[in-house]
This record gives sequence, structure tokens and C-alpha cells, in this order.
Amino acid sequence: MAEVPKSTNVMPEARSIAAAAIAKDVLFTAVIAFIILGPIVGLKTFAISGSLALEQRWGLVTVFVAIVAGGRLAYHLLVWNKPQARPSRAISAPVLPFMNYAKYIAPALVAFAIILPFIPGVDRRIVDLAILILTYIMLGWGLNIVVGLAGLLDLGYVAFYAVGAYAYALLATIYLPAWFGDGIVPWAFFITLPIAGVLAALWGVILGFPVLRLRGDYLAIVTLAFGEIVRVVLINWSDFTGGPAGIGGIPRPSFFGLPFIEGEGGFAAFFGLDFKPIHRIIFLYYVILVLALFTNFVTMRLRRLPVGRAWEALREDEIACRSLGINTTSTKLTAFAIGAMFAGFAGSFFATRQGFVSPESFVFLESFIILSIVVLGGLGSQIGVVVAAIVIIGAFEVFRELNFLKAVMPAGFDPVQYRMLAVGAALVLIMRWKPRGFVTRREPSVVLKEKKAIPTDLVAEGHG
Amino acid sequence: MSASGQEALLRVEHLTMRFGGLTAIGDLSFTAARNDITAIIGPNGAGKTTVFNCLTGFYKPTEGSVILTHVDDKQFLLERMDDFRISQRAKVARTFQNIRLFAGMTVLENLMVAQHNTLMRASGFTVTGIFNSPTYARASHEAVEFSEYWLEKAGLVDRADDPAGELPYGDQRRLEIARAMCTKPVLLCLDEPAAGLNPRESEDLNRLLLNIRDEQKIAILLIEHDMSVVMGISDHIVVLDYGVKISDGSPAEVRNDPAVIRAYLGVEDEEEAEVVVERAVAAVAKKPARAKVAAKKSPARKKGVRK
Repeated sequence: MAEVPKSTNVMPEARSIAAAAIAKDVLFTAVIAFIILGPIVGLKTFAISGSLALEQRWGLVTVFVAIVAGGRLAYHLLVWNKPQARPSRAISAPVLPFMNYAKYIAPALVAFAIILPFIPGVDRRIVDLAILILTYIMLGWGLNIVVGLAGLLDLGYVAFYAVGAYAYALLATIYLPAWFGDGIVPWAFFITLPIAGVLAALWGVILGFPVLRLRGDYLAIVTLAFGEIVRVVLINWSDFTGGPAGIGGIPRPSFFGLPFIEGEGGFAAFFGLDFKPIHRIIFLYYVILVLALFTNFVTMRLRRLPVGRAWEALREDEIACRSLGINTTSTKLTAFAIGAMFAGFAGSFFATRQGFVSPESFVFLESFIILSIVVLGGLGSQIGVVVAAIVIIGAFEVFRELNFLKAVMPAGFDPVQYRMLAVGAALVLIMRWKPRGFVTRREPSVVLKEKKAIPTDLVAEGHG
Repeated sequence: MSASGQEALLRVEHLTMRFGGLTAIGDLSFTAARNDITAIIGPNGAGKTTVFNCLTGFYKPTEGSVILTHVDDKQFLLERMDDFRISQRAKVARTFQNIRLFAGMTVLENLMVAQHNTLMRASGFTVTGIFNSPTYARASHEAVEFSEYWLEKAGLVDRADDPAGELPYGDQRRLEIARAMCTKPVLLCLDEPAAGLNPRESEDLNRLLLNIRDEQKIAILLIEHDMSVVMGISDHIVVLDYGVKISDGSPAEVRNDPAVIRAYLGVEDEEEAEVVVERAVAAVAKKPARAKVAAKKSPARKKGVRK
């Protein structure tokens, strides 16, 4: 008992030790920053009459080193030294606060999406952006089946998007008019949409077969290669695909046979409206909204069907699946096929919206963006995909608008060029703070008594 | 209740499994009767799990055949079937030594996944199910009820909506058995179901297994180390050592078999050498690889007195 007062002396002593340690750490950080930044920032080469000259910028180095050291100090004082009360993970509390309002988020978003084009102040630019975001939401939802539910990492998803886009482009510009005459053209989109989906699903199965036995990293590499193969074939098979020049003059969609043109026989004249180009944009917006909601509806239904549960079980444990009599081959193939089908639909839509397709649109970066949306949103979460698509695609577009930065920053600064950097940094930060994505709850597909969300740290990520 | 009086559900004939030069199972033959609990016991590394993997299609045996006969005399040659078809068609369910639950899915979902094939048919292979056809809605409702039935048997009904990964160890063991039962098997293969259980959980498990045998009339084949479980509930015991059957019979017979005592309690070096040679000559004289494997017997095994 007599030894108790001792502990009171500990505090100031510990403080001084901490201060010394912090000073040492900050100094060390500054030295490292200097070593790294010295050559990179401090010495700048520039060409002078055919030869290279060296410019020394030690002042700038000092500023940078000071920023790094200051940041480290701030971290010490504000973040690291705080006693952290680590919240123990609540063992699936019956009703999580998140779940309470989650019920209303989805209907509210859908309602907002439906009225969006008619909200005052919403112009063509915003509707265009909304179409873009919805396209990515749809692609995200499609990929979510493969990556989020079945746990198969697919880096070549954009290949199916390309199959859908080229299917529509080729059928609508060449084959349908040749087979059925020009009268078919206004209907081409609605005829081709299911065909594009089926073709993409077929390619999903074709990709699925060779990769059935692959897992994890190997699966990722093969799917990545598949995506590139499709793109390279599109570039080089000029007779069929038009090569790098792509396919132009793709028919725009019509309002169920009524083209969006001025004058007699057009959509505006039929409904007695004044002709406005935005009618077509708004129609496109509703087409993609319906397609995206259809994707979501099908996915939500599939999760409650045996096939969807088998996907999730496959992600959790493939061997256990086999021991329960689940044919893992066909389960994986259906995941690839259905995921690919939605990409095919989205590709068709992309072609009709752009009126032009070329291999340029289907580079690996697109696959990467779609995968980022799925991962960032939280694997398997539908609402997470929506949030992530808005954040990522929105961020890309916001950078186009930051023209005021041009006034602040030195001449030649173009914010658009920094958008990949900023989005990359945002991805790193979000993954650091929310490693399992925005939505870290899995909703059970069937409930006996009360619905409880499942924390994702229990949910497997899949092994390919 | 001995195996001899009853009709054989499972006949294992001359089962041999070699991995390269190592013979994990050598010429093993035994039968498991309908409505019996048959136990396969043996020291570590005796090849028990390998036998299970051969029966359930996870390994393709090098030689021999495994014949399962349903009540309607339909026969299945398990050694020729894919692992998932064994569960789907021949109706053999299994559990794993290291529990393999779907940790991120709820307890109920785990049991629903086990009824995949029934539900898949009811959902018209997804085509009609996606429109929530009445057939699927009914089948789905029945599947939940059937799951609930097994949850009650396993004493897990209160935890039906919890993620399986959050259950305590003993509950996870019972859930895995319940999940296997949801595939409506004729033979349930349990790989060390009592491993890591405390005595009370062990008793719960025994009750569950006896219930499966007596009420459900389903045969159980089990691998076990825990002798209290084995001797307490088995009708028929097969003892393996180094992949070779050294004893086969009722618990009382096996308990008093000198070969079993030798294998379990260990013997002196000279004696053991004799035993090894004897066994090698008698049981697998035609396979020279056996003697080599047996000679590698580690000293630890002699001391390893198991309960």
C-alpha cells in the first residue's frame, strides 16, 4: 500500500521522455526528408542551348522539409499521443444505428434520381454527369456480382462492356439495316440490348472456363490479360471492327420508334412539345436509370435465390461448398456470365449515347475504375457502389470545374491534369481509414426472427 | 449391435491410396451398416482423414472401390464420382477436422446453402425463381422450416440470425453437423467432431449423434480421438494404424484386441520391430513400400498414450 504514491511521479517524467523522443523523431524525419527531397527538388535540370544545366533550389527544399517535419510534429501532438480508447467491436448488436436509416436511403435515392432532370437549375451538363455516374453504378453493380458476391477478382471486366458496345455498334450500323431494311434502325437499341447482353454473357462463360481452377492473384492476371486481348483484337481486326478508328454514326436511341428530331414525326411534334435537344438526354437518363435499377433488382433477387447464396458460400469456402453438393464450376460460370451480361447492357447503352465506339474507351483504366468503385463501396454492398461511384466519378468531373485554381496557382497549372493524382490519393486515404469500403455491413439473405447486420470483418474476401 | 447382422450401407473394398512412394492407406476393407455408428480410430497419421477424403471424393483412391447402397438398392461407386456429386446424388455428407463454416453468413444461411440442390430445382434453376414463383416461395419456406428443425436439434435456434463466425467453438461444431444433415444424407461422415470440446459439449454432441442414428435412422461414420465418445456411442469400430486395418469389431472386442493395445499404448523397441514385421508380412506382404513406411515409426508415438 505504501508504494501507491510512486505512481504520481511518473507522469512528468514520462512527459519529458516523450518530448525528447518526439524531438528526436521529428529531427530524424527532417533528415530523411532532406535526403530524399534534396536531389529530387533541390537540383533541377534544364536545357540551355543544347546542353543541360543545373539549377539549385535549396530554399524550396527547406520549405518542403519544414512542411514534412511540421506534419510529423503535428501528428505526434494531435494524433499519436492521444490515449486512444479502442472501441471493442460490438458483437452484432440487434439493430445497428446504420440500419435504422439505411431503410430509407435507397428509396430516397431512387426518388431523387427519378425527379432529377426536372429539378429547377438542372441543366444538360448535370444530366450528362448523372448519366455517366449511373453508367458506372450499373457497371459497379454488375461487377459486384463477380467480385463482391462470388469473390472472383476480375480485372478485365471492361472487356464485356466492350463486347456490348461493339455488338450494338455493329448490329445497328451494318447488320440490322442489311437484314431488315432501314426501317428497323429506330428500334435498333431495344432489339440489340438483349442480344448484346447475351453475347457479353457468352464471353463471360468463355473467360470463365479457362480460369475455373485459378485463384486469387493468378485469376486476376488472367482476367487482366483477357481484357487486353479483347481490346487488342478490336484494334487489329480492322475489317470487322473498324480498327483504331472505331465505328461512327451509330444510331441514337428513339423514343420507342419516335426519333428525337425537329419537325414532323419526331418525339417533340408527337407530344406537342417544343423541340429541345435535352429531350434526348433526359430520355437517355431514364434508359440508364431503368437499366441500373433492373441490375440492382436482379442482383437483390439473386442474393435470395440458391444461386446467389451459393456465390456467397463460394466466396466464404469453396471446399465446404463442394462437400454440400454445390457444383462450383457452374456456380462460378453463372457469376461470370450474369456479371458480364450487365456489362453488355451497359456497353450497348454507352454506344448509343456516344454514337461512336473505339478501342480507346475500353482500356484497363476503365476496369480499374469499376473495380475501385466496388472495393471502395464495400465488397458486396449495393448502396456502397452508389456512394463510391458518385465519389470517384464525381471527383473526376469536379476537377474540370476547378478553374479558379488557375488564378491562384502558377501559370501553366491545369487542375484536370491532377485529377488522377487526387483520386489516387483519395483511394489510398479511404482504404487506410475504411479498409473494407464505405459500407462494412453485410445483410443476411434470409432471416428467421430478426435481421442483424453482419460485420464485414467476418466476411471472407474470396480467394479468386 | 454388431455390423455383421445388418445390411451393409457402405462397402469399402481393397482401398489403397498412395502419395508418390508413401502409402497412406494400404488395402483397407470394411463395411458400415445402415443405422450404425461406425468409428474409424487410430493414432495420429494412421490415415483416417485420408480414408474420409477418398470416401467423399476429395481424393481419388489409387486402388479399390467404395460402394454405397441406398435403401432402394441403387448403388453408387463413390471412387468414380466427383466430390460434389457424392453429396448431391449418393447423399454422403461430411464435416471437416478444421471446421469449415461460411463464417460471414448467418447460421440460418449456412443451413440454407446446404439445401442448395433442392432449392435450385424448386427455383427452376433461377429462371422461375427470379419471379418468385409459388413453387420457389413454398420450397424456400419449407427449407427455412427444415433448417429450424435442425437448429433446434443442435440447440442453436436462438442464434439463427447471428453470423456463424461469431459462435463459440462447440456451437460451430454442432452447426457444421446440422449443416451436413440439411443435405438430407444417408451417410454422415464426421471428421473428429469432438476435437476441442469440453466434457459438457462432448455430451451434447453424443446426444445429437445418437439422435441422428435412432430418430433419423441415418448411419454415421466417424473419426475420433476421444475414446469416451468412440466407446460410448459407436456400434462398430475399425482401427487403423499406418493405413492398415489392425482391428475391426464391436467396442468391447476392439478394446481387448492386443493389436490395438499395442498400437495405442506403444511397446518396447524389439517387440515393436516384431510387430511391424509381422504386420508387414501378414497384411501387406505384396506391397514392399509398406515396410519402409512402417519402419519410420517415430519414437514419440510409443509414448503417446491416448485416452
